[in-house]
Amino acid sequence: MIKGDSLKRVLYIDLTKKRFWIEERDELFSKYIGGAGVAIKLLEENCPNDLEPFSPDNPIIFAVGPLNGLFPIASKTVAMFKSPHTGNLGESHAGGRSAIAIRMAGYGAIVIKGKSERPVFVAIHGDKVFFRDATTLWGLEESAGRIIRNREGGAGLRTIMRIGPAGERLISFACVTLETYRHFGRLGLGAVFGSKNLKAVLISGKKDLSVTDFKEYRNLYSELLHQLSESEKMKKYHELGTPTNVLPLSFSKGIPVKNLLENELKGIENISGEKFAQKHLGRRVACAHCPVACIHLAALRKAYEDEPYFYRTVYLSYDYELIYALGSMLGITESEDVLKLIEVVEDMGLDAISTGVVLAWITEAFKKGVINQKQTEGIIPEWGKVDSFIELVRKIVYSETEFYKDVARGIDYASSKYGGKDFALTYGKNEMPGYHTGAGAHLGYLFGARHSHLDSAGYAIDREAMTKKLSPEQLAEKILNEEQWRQILSSLVICFFGREIYTPEIVIKCLKLAGFNLTEEELLKTGREIYANKYRFKIKAGFDIENLTLPKRVFETPSSLGLINKDFVYKAIALLKENIKSLL
Amino acid sequence: MKKQKYFFFHLQFKIITCYNFIMPVFVKDSDKCVGCLICMFTCAQAHQAAGLESSCIKVRSQGGISRGFSVWVCRGCEDPPCARACPEDALIVRKGGGVLLKEERCTGCGYCVKACILDAIGWNNEKNKPVICIQCGECAKSCPYKVMEFVRK
Ligand code: SF4
Ligand code: SF4
Ligand code: SF4
Repeated sequence: MIKGDSLKRVLYIDLTKKRFWIEERDELFSKYIGGAGVAIKLLEENCPNDLEPFSPDNPIIFAVGPLNGLFPIASKTVAMFKSPHTGNLGESHAGGRSAIAIRMAGYGAIVIKGKSERPVFVAIHGDKVFFRDATTLWGLEESAGRIIRNREGGAGLRTIMRIGPAGERLISFACVTLETYRHFGRLGLGAVFGSKNLKAVLISGKKDLSVTDFKEYRNLYSELLHQLSESEKMKKYHELGTPTNVLPLSFSKGIPVKNLLENELKGIENISGEKFAQKHLGRRVACAHCPVACIHLAALRKAYEDEPYFYRTVYLSYDYELIYALGSMLGITESEDVLKLIEVVEDMGLDAISTGVVLAWITEAFKKGVINQKQTEGIIPEWGKVDSFIELVRKIVYSETEFYKDVARGIDYASSKYGGKDFALTYGKNEMPGYHTGAGAHLGYLFGARHSHLDSAGYAIDREAMTKKLSPEQLAEKILNEEQWRQILSSLVICFFGREIYTPEIVIKCLKLAGFNLTEEELLKTGREIYANKYRFKIKAGFDIENLTLPKRVFETPSSLGLINKDFVYKAIALLKENIKSLL
Repeated sequence: MKKQKYFFFHLQFKIITCYNFIMPVFVKDSDKCVGCLICMFTCAQAHQAAGLESSCIKVRSQGGISRGFSVWVCRGCEDPPCARACPEDALIVRKGGGVLLKEERCTGCGYCVKACILDAIGWNNEKNKPVICIQCGECAKSCPYKVMEFVRK
């Protein structure tokens, strides 16, 4: 780290006492770089094993890395906390303006602890922290962000992270929304905010940073900028965005349909990336410091039913994962319907992936008689029918009945109580992302420290396996290697979409300019250590590594690579388990 | 196809309204701005800095990202209010538009920043001095979406 770099500064905020202080943690950042590497250490320090996720002491940690603010597409923030959804490690990444704002405000990490007596929002402007009364914002859906936006300074270079009703009501898969369209989506950070009476956090700042060699910095910067803007590797994020995956995945039978009962959906072309772009694309935007601009906003025009010639236009961001979870997974084949569902999920402040998978489980459970109309309060879920799904989403957030309170804890919990485990698509208690491409994807979800498709990109390994068969040993090795390298990228914190450009060689060059002299070997070792740190935390917090299984459904519906072989998978599971245990 | 036509019309309209600018950088179509801030980062670099503080160009959302962004850049006024506001005569009006900073005269009072209603002057906190656009065009050249155009006259 360059001497004087503000990265080493950790801002602590105590919501109970309304106090804040700053500690300089050189050693932490020098050793673990930033982002995920530093966050897991801070979590270890601040979160004892037996702490309940909704305890005031559960810390919320945000961390950025040395490349944020220096290089393009280093545009993400890592959040860590104990997850109310799984009971163990909660890790979520988001972009928007968060990373640049935290770095420019002069911090490498922020730790928020305690619980405010009344609803509060925290405004961090550089070195100053304000605790503002948020009583009037409590219960508001989308407008809370607008009110904060209008009342606070720092326009243009600030981030506003806020929760919706789902977070306030402690739904275990509630998200935190940033800049209206980005999210700390997974594992329930929104509910942790809610449990602290924390409605929002605003961060603004403006700083210059230093580099070791300015000339070299400018050269490397423009080289990277050029590659990110021109390279074929970035094209798909750039043009249609991630929804470009819908058709190819559907063609290869890799997109889950109707709770993975099927792998084909008639009419899927109506919810393809191409269709969304043609019919709805209203604007494209970017996270701060990213030239790719993969964020696609759809303009949905909605008529007022009771009054002629009155319309409203809402902007909604759509992505592959949303089209999967709130589209194909529910048998929906109209793009408008997907958008209508996205709208309510946004308004409530829920994780879109978990919500979709929960709705899919409810639908199948209903059809199979595992649950009935008494539980759903008269709602009859039906594949492809959006209105009942919209109603269900509101019920999950607002209803006080036992059933809805149970599904509000995710389907691992609900299926243990009502039955239907065989078709509960969860991995370490987290709901399934949208790739049924083969064993790699599923093992990736299971063993990624945050059970996300972005952990080890198992689907990419599956794609490889289409042309060259892999043994369980090879598969396990590939997953582990990718996971460990990704610990580095998420410590820097680089958007994974830029991963093909930020090769180890480039990363080392960038780090050098930020004052970190590391060899490739040292870097990989650090990645391994971070991964081990995460697993150590998970296991101590109750993650059951001995009994990891995949949902039965996974083996019943053919994937892109055909029916997934159980023996093969369980062999790989055993290998992965042993490998991870040897790291600890 | 239809959509493109619309865009074209839009572009024309903007160019017509902007063409009386003297400065080499002008904002051609801020509706295309994605808010990536690359222009701000590269402007800082043009001023030998990494980060955002030393950037003269500003990108702001127009009240929520769905409304898009506006881009503010020095228009190289012929009779620049920033120079007029400077009590130390530290800003010299440049031939062909814009101003130059005579750093040794500047006391860091910040009147110039307040006088520029486009907010097109940056600030270097370390030096406690303004950062004035040098009309280098780095911002326009680095913008991935060609929101700005750079014409050297
Ligand atoms: S590629 Fe997309 S998600 Fe990643 S930083 Fe850029 S705009 Fe954000
Ligand atoms: S022309 Fe140069 S100095 Fe002026 S705003 Fe653009 S990059 Fe900055
Ligand atoms: S570089 Fe271009 S697209 Fe990006 S913020 Fe600047 S003007 Fe907008």
